[in-house]
Amino acid sequence: MSTGSSSNSATATNAAGKAATGKAGGPILSLRGISKTFGAVAALTDIDLEVSAGEVLALVGDNGAGKSTLVKVLSGVHTADAGTITFQGEQVTIQNPAAAQRLGIATVYQDLALCENLNVIENLFLGQEIRPARLDSVAMEVKSWELLRQLSAKLPTLRIPIASLSGGQRQTVAIARSLLGDPKVVILDEPTAALGVAQTAEVLNLVERLRDNGHAVIMISHSMPDVRAVADTVAVLRLGRNNGVFAVKDVSNEDIIAAITGATDNVVSRRAARTTDGHDSAADDSAADGAAADGAAADEAADDEAANERDERS
Amino acid sequence: MTDLTSPAAAVATDLQDERLRQGAGLRGALQATLSRVRGGDLGLLPVILGLVVIGIVFQILNDNFLSSANLANLLMESVPVGVISLGLVCVLLTGQIDLSVGSVSGLSSAVTAVLFVDQGWSPWLAVVAAVAMGAVIGLVYAQVFIRFGVPSFVITLAGLLAFLGIQLKVLGKDGSINLPFDSGLVTFAQLKFVPAWMSYVLVALIAAGLFATGYLGARERRRARLSATSTTALAVRSAALLVGSAAVVWYLYQDGRGIGWMFVLFVALVIILNYALTRTKWGKSVFAVGGNVEAARRAGINVRAVYTSVFVLGTSLAAFGGVLAAARLAAANQSSGGGDVNLNAIAAVVIGGTSLFGGRGSAYASLLGILVIQSISSGLTLLNLDSAYRFTVTGIVLLLAVILDSVARKSRASHGRA
Repeated sequence: MSTGSSSNSATATNAAGKAATGKAGGPILSLRGISKTFGAVAALTDIDLEVSAGEVLALVGDNGAGKSTLVKVLSGVHTADAGTITFQGEQVTIQNPAAAQRLGIATVYQDLALCENLNVIENLFLGQEIRPARLDSVAMEVKSWELLRQLSAKLPTLRIPIASLSGGQRQTVAIARSLLGDPKVVILDEPTAALGVAQTAEVLNLVERLRDNGHAVIMISHSMPDVRAVADTVAVLRLGRNNGVFAVKDVSNEDIIAAITGATDNVVSRRAARTTDGHDSAADDSAADGAAADGAAADEAADDEAANERDERS
Repeated sequence: MTDLTSPAAAVATDLQDERLRQGAGLRGALQATLSRVRGGDLGLLPVILGLVVIGIVFQILNDNFLSSANLANLLMESVPVGVISLGLVCVLLTGQIDLSVGSVSGLSSAVTAVLFVDQGWSPWLAVVAAVAMGAVIGLVYAQVFIRFGVPSFVITLAGLLAFLGIQLKVLGKDGSINLPFDSGLVTFAQLKFVPAWMSYVLVALIAAGLFATGYLGARERRRARLSATSTTALAVRSAALLVGSAAVVWYLYQDGRGIGWMFVLFVALVIILNYALTRTKWGKSVFAVGGNVEAARRAGINVRAVYTSVFVLGTSLAAFGGVLAAARLAAANQSSGGGDVNLNAIAAVVIGGTSLFGGRGSAYASLLGILVIQSISSGLTLLNLDSAYRFTVTGIVLLLAVILDSVARKSRASHGRA
């Protein structure tokens, strides 16, 4: 059941993905057959991905699905072992982070990659300072304020080291930095992971603002509400492979989760069914949910074992 | 300038947040400094206070200590190790260390002496060769560090031994080479002093330069509608520097020989390095690598080039310091660069407030740090106490400096200035 459904969803949703990207013109960035191995571990196998200007692509998948590796390939931290990257219609190689920046691919890493000993302005312009031999600190400060006001950032002063900022403020600085070189593609690696409710909303607003300004946005996220809130397209990775591309408006959370876990009968759906006790409308979506809701605790335990076995096989 | 008075520009772009509490003008600048110090951002304050305390204590113990002759001598004496520590600042800022600066400076002394005296080279050519040799050593360190990932601690520890061996070999059987007293090198290090009037001119130039750069910078900031230091505050600062320095110069020329050109050279190097560290892209990369290597790499900084530059700068300045030491002593021997040179250079940098963990420090650190070290050394020599006391006292002062740094760091953390 599980192996069958995952391959089905992959073929069924490729068409949906094409439809979603087709409306916004040709893709600005497209990957074909990207593979990357670390020693004996194949972190990425044959990955295809497309994103267009003015589109938010959510990249989802379980831990170890290869999302972060894929981001690192795109941002030049790792180089792919095989496959091609096409950017604005031209095939490119991304050897290092500087090369990615020159192309116009900006990345906000999950760990933000800020230097805590430097202040906000220094961090924003790190590696792309104005006037290298005699730094133009005034121009940089003015530009920093402009950029941060644009993102409606709440920073009292820019002349304090990053170490004294809160998590949300740091996230804002990291996103602002990615926008400095006027990138075509902005990659956000779990931008809301460490943030509070209001700050998460701010970041989501920010993502929408990026899209409205014509940037292509790739957002990695574990949070289904965030994905549904801002993404146009969802690409699912599973165990280093493509496992479906969906247009967000045509797909249910359960389908996405099924693609992430590789089974319609999975720990998430069973938990959802158990906690809603079968009366919620969401539970009607799949047969597996119903079965789990009806079953006693002992049955669920048996299901768990069976599901685990299936997972290992696939 | 019109922005200053026009009400439209009442609040600068960077002061609009209502959470900011900041006074205006001279008073505001003073308050800001005070609260910064309270928050643990001590800057150069501890080392300046340390110098004052050392001065008072030794003056009480021996009233020759603060004599202008002794102070003039102290300034000259501090230059060779000061130059060595200047290079070390760059290495420490990236979070690495160079333990071999003493050996490299010793080898450089020996090479200069051999090329100049034994081989009959022009002295300036010999100096260039010695400094170039230093640069090559740094290049080798950087390559080993980058390619094999060996900790710099171990690489330079190996260098310490190896270059000491080469120094002994270069000096040959005699183990000591004297430089002729009438050579330009030795007279530069021992006899060339700035005439009194020119010292005043230099001091005035530095104060005027400080005011001019401050004023032009402030004007540019006001034009961009950013907050800026008031002209009064700038003028007061420059005037204070002018009066203070002029008083020191006046005192040094009372019965001493005044300020040596070698010390002027050292100060010039400090100012140049300070500019490079604070006002260039390279300087920001050095701090970034010291703060977070991975972040620096992802920001597109060529981290290998930064490491290479600091190692090369470290060993080149160490070699140049060795040349100056040989010139000052008018000789190169087996103990050149040995003994406490290594640790004094490191201690000077740390006492000056440069963090051993990278990412924090300044070029002025080495200037003030070496003055502390040299004052202690000079004071104990005046008291006829031997190296046993000197080593011990220097060690204790170094420990105090590190403790102070740790306490200040905790305070910074709790005041949100870490």
